[in-house]
Amino acid sequence: MRRETWINAALLLGLLVVPLWAWWVDEPFTITLATRVAIFALAGVGLNLALGVGGLISFGHAVFFGIGGYAMGILAFHAQNYTPLVEALNIPGTKSMPVIWAVAVVASALAALAIGALSLRTSGAYFIMITLAFGQMFFYFAISWPAYGGEDGLSIYLRNSFPGVNTLVPINFFAIAYGVLVVVLFAMSRLMRSPFGLALAAARQNEARVRAVGIDPYRLRLVAFTISGAITGLAGALFADLNRFVSPSMFSWQTSGEIMVFVILGGVARLFGPVAGAALFILLEHFLGGISEYWHIFLGALLLLVVLFARGGLIGLLAGNEVAHD
Amino acid sequence: MTERAQEAPVLEVRGLSKAFGALVASSDINLALRPGEIHALIGPNGAGKSTLIAQIAGALTPDSGSVRLAGADITRLSTVARARRGLARTFQISSLAMEMTVLQNVVLGALGHRGRVMRFFAPVMRDKALLEVARAALDQVGMQDLANVVTAELSHGQRRQLEVAVALTLEPRAFLMDEPMAGLGASGSKRLMGFLDGLRDRAPILLVEHDMDVVFSLADRVSVLVYGQIIATGHPDEIRTDPRVREAYLGEEGGA
Repeated sequence: MRRETWINAALLLGLLVVPLWAWWVDEPFTITLATRVAIFALAGVGLNLALGVGGLISFGHAVFFGIGGYAMGILAFHAQNYTPLVEALNIPGTKSMPVIWAVAVVASALAALAIGALSLRTSGAYFIMITLAFGQMFFYFAISWPAYGGEDGLSIYLRNSFPGVNTLVPINFFAIAYGVLVVVLFAMSRLMRSPFGLALAAARQNEARVRAVGIDPYRLRLVAFTISGAITGLAGALFADLNRFVSPSMFSWQTSGEIMVFVILGGVARLFGPVAGAALFILLEHFLGGISEYWHIFLGALLLLVVLFARGGLIGLLAGNEVAHD
Repeated sequence: MTERAQEAPVLEVRGLSKAFGALVASSDINLALRPGEIHALIGPNGAGKSTLIAQIAGALTPDSGSVRLAGADITRLSTVARARRGLARTFQISSLAMEMTVLQNVVLGALGHRGRVMRFFAPVMRDKALLEVARAALDQVGMQDLANVVTAELSHGQRRQLEVAVALTLEPRAFLMDEPMAGLGASGSKRLMGFLDGLRDRAPILLVEHDMDVVFSLADRVSVLVYGQIIATGHPDEIRTDPRVREAYLGEEGGA
């Protein structure tokens, strides 16, 4: 096995063992931290497909994270207040996680399809700015939508339900988030080696080459951006469920930036880069944040070091720069 | 060649014109690539060779005139659509996925030609059908031993060869080669010439080339482009002795 595979396995195992230990010694806060790592990693895995594999520097992935969050918030809000979601058709809200996830994935995929269809006609700095602009549009829309809390957001009193699991127990909800992350990581590992993955990576490296063999790079990128948005949207639904709260801050450009930080810290285009990046982010936030409320200064310095000296991020640093070719 | 000269051209340019403001880059260009031939396109710098190639490949749209491939009008088609119809292009500056291996680059070609890109789950490098096409193309250019080398580590000449291998996977109707010898040493150039010599039977080659030795030893016919106009087309010997060509082009470089 390659060294990176070992490191990936160790990361996955570590993310499982720490909350299990915390559960054993009854440290629910640590379980919550681990759950946040799993959810942030999931959001990063989504962005990594666009940013890492596709080379599409999206500064607007908070849109999908937020849509996932509001999908959960709106559905659960109607369910807990016993008001119909769509009055005319008498469609009710829901507290069922699988249904909420499906809605979150579909809604964020559609948003990514629409935003991608417009944004992908540009490239470079313009692409960054246009995705940022979409992010801000959604942010201000959420703030000025009083029906769902406006600036204050929406609180959901009880965590949503999952068949056969008591989701109020922290370790159970962690297991759900972790399970989703593992499934998505597996699908992503297949996707990165698939015909689509090869063509998408080739389009990043040399667009003219891809055109010359008869493949349209725009279509590849649009599909990648859509899948990417859907995954980040799923993470948003889980994040809202973890906090039992959703607010416009999920749409903010800081959120887009943080998701980007997970990917860059961990290793751009590395399958487990976002997992490593999210774990490091949460550890820094927890330990440095305990020392100083200005812990972002340290994060900034670290990010600078990674960008200057360790382009492969944490995974690249640990596993070297060998790349899979099978 | 004589009996083949009567056959319908594979690639045909008719009355092609393109202007950038006051600069006429292509002026009523007629050009035919016949089956089995290597047709060289020569001309001094700034004659409009790159503009012409770009219009044939689909990167630029002509102001008037048409481009036909195997009898079908492809003037309005995109680069992607032209590639799918069997127009295989190699670039003046090597254009490959540099972080990928040699084999991955060729598999990409096979994938593009077979057109089943939207598959998300099966590992592409285990696809037997694609690998077979890819390895056959590598064999033909003699690169089978370099299959697992990362493309960025290849020499300049090897990258040229790889471009040709990728073009082969497209099962092309016509090759469009923009200065394939550029930057190659004497031995590399000679090897590639030997290879192109045999390639014309697979599909005809429209060859843009600066090196006159290459042009006159390889080409079946030569067209000379000067100031956006084709001033002569014919057998290399005719071109060599054509007074207009000597005046306009060859004379400037001290004769061929």
